[in-house]
Amino acid sequence: MNILEIEHCRKQFGGNEVLTDISLTVSEGQVVSIIGPSGSGKSTLLRCATLLETMDGGSLKYLGKSAVTDVNGKAVYASPAELKQMRSYFGLVFQNFNLFPHYTVLKNITEAPMLIQKRERGEVMETARDLLEKMGLSDKANAYPYQLSGGQQQRVSIARALAMKPQMLFFDEPTSALDPELTGEILKVIRALAAEHMTMVIVTHEMAFARDVSDHVIFMDGGVIVEQGNPNDIINNPTQDRTIQFLSRFN
Amino acid sequence: MTLTAMIVKMSEGLGRTCAIFFLTLLFSLPLGLLVALLRMSKNRVLSTFTKAIISVLRGTPLMLQLIAVAYGPFYLFGATLLVKQKLLAIIIAFALNYAAYFAEIYRGGIESMPVGQYEAAHVLGYSKTQTFMRIILPQVVKRILPSVTNEVITLVKDTSMAFTLAYMEMFSIGKQIANSQSSFLPFIIAGAFYYLMNSVVAFGMSRIEKKLSYYR
Repeated sequence: MNILEIEHCRKQFGGNEVLTDISLTVSEGQVVSIIGPSGSGKSTLLRCATLLETMDGGSLKYLGKSAVTDVNGKAVYASPAELKQMRSYFGLVFQNFNLFPHYTVLKNITEAPMLIQKRERGEVMETARDLLEKMGLSDKANAYPYQLSGGQQQRVSIARALAMKPQMLFFDEPTSALDPELTGEILKVIRALAAEHMTMVIVTHEMAFARDVSDHVIFMDGGVIVEQGNPNDIINNPTQDRTIQFLSRFN
Repeated sequence: MTLTAMIVKMSEGLGRTCAIFFLTLLFSLPLGLLVALLRMSKNRVLSTFTKAIISVLRGTPLMLQLIAVAYGPFYLFGATLLVKQKLLAIIIAFALNYAAYFAEIYRGGIESMPVGQYEAAHVLGYSKTQTFMRIILPQVVKRILPSVTNEVITLVKDTSMAFTLAYMEMFSIGKQIANSQSSFLPFIIAGAFYYLMNSVVAFGMSRIEKKLSYYR
């Protein structure tokens, strides 16, 4: 089953086209990595998919339900109530974590499931404890974000997203704010999620990681998908000039 | 008149001084938030109108505003001013004036919040109101506390402006004694009272700041 379907997505910022006819399908259990230079539109694509940015044209579907429909080349959004429903299908992990600094780790993870999803306190607490254990942060439940390292904060933000029991997770350069040592921690967590067949879309600059963890790699530049396919093919043997040029430093 | 007698007489006005102080805070703090939200409204008419009001309230003397609120109705509608309405006039003028200052402080605090906080809440499904009340406002309160302390300290001293309306709070009583006794002493006593009150305010605010320092 397809969790996410984006077709012909277009997005302009003040006359400047940042996304040109992007289509992307993610099926259940699939891990898709999006790579490319800064300003290539990968983050904008992620922000359109997560409804943080409105697309100008194209369509967007979650679990076969339309969030955005294309009407004569114009993007038409579903009702706020329907979009709210759609938001529960996915989680997003930000580059700079965006934890709530005035909440403890536990409250960061548990407030939304209780407040928004109206889930029962006991069940949410148990879910949160399990997630913290999985993230190796059981002893940090009552700590505040500022007391944690960047890697720990990012693991909390992954736990916060997972506590909503989403159908899929988006990662927007999850390791870009971290030093190499802490990057390893996060990549390990994402690998573990991949092993559990969590459906994920990851925007990343970690080429080796993208190759190892994903089922599909997309290379974007200038608002278009330049090349996509099997991770090994794209990263080790790219065919397009732009991809070869971009990956030359890595290879 | 002895020093003790002066102190006793003047402290009889402290209740009224405190009434101005607390009632002004009670009304201006929430009103300021409302004004800040109007000022930041996407509706251009509303935000421009609010901006103009703030500009007048901050750009003209509080003393003038006191007089306008107290005597304006009389000249406009021939309404009479009773003693009890004096406090009402003072509170209206003070609350509006301080709300204008608080509004700009709130606005500064709200606009300093990183957009990521809104986005994180949005993705988790928080409504706009939930995001503001639970995520944004608590953090804003912590950020603006030092500026609010400044205003609160100023307010303690500004209560003396009620003498314009001959409202018998501590300073007005002192001024009366100074006139009748040809003495400078009441002003020194008034200064000591204000300083004492502000020491309490500063202590209280630093306690609140400390309480909010559990996170960064």
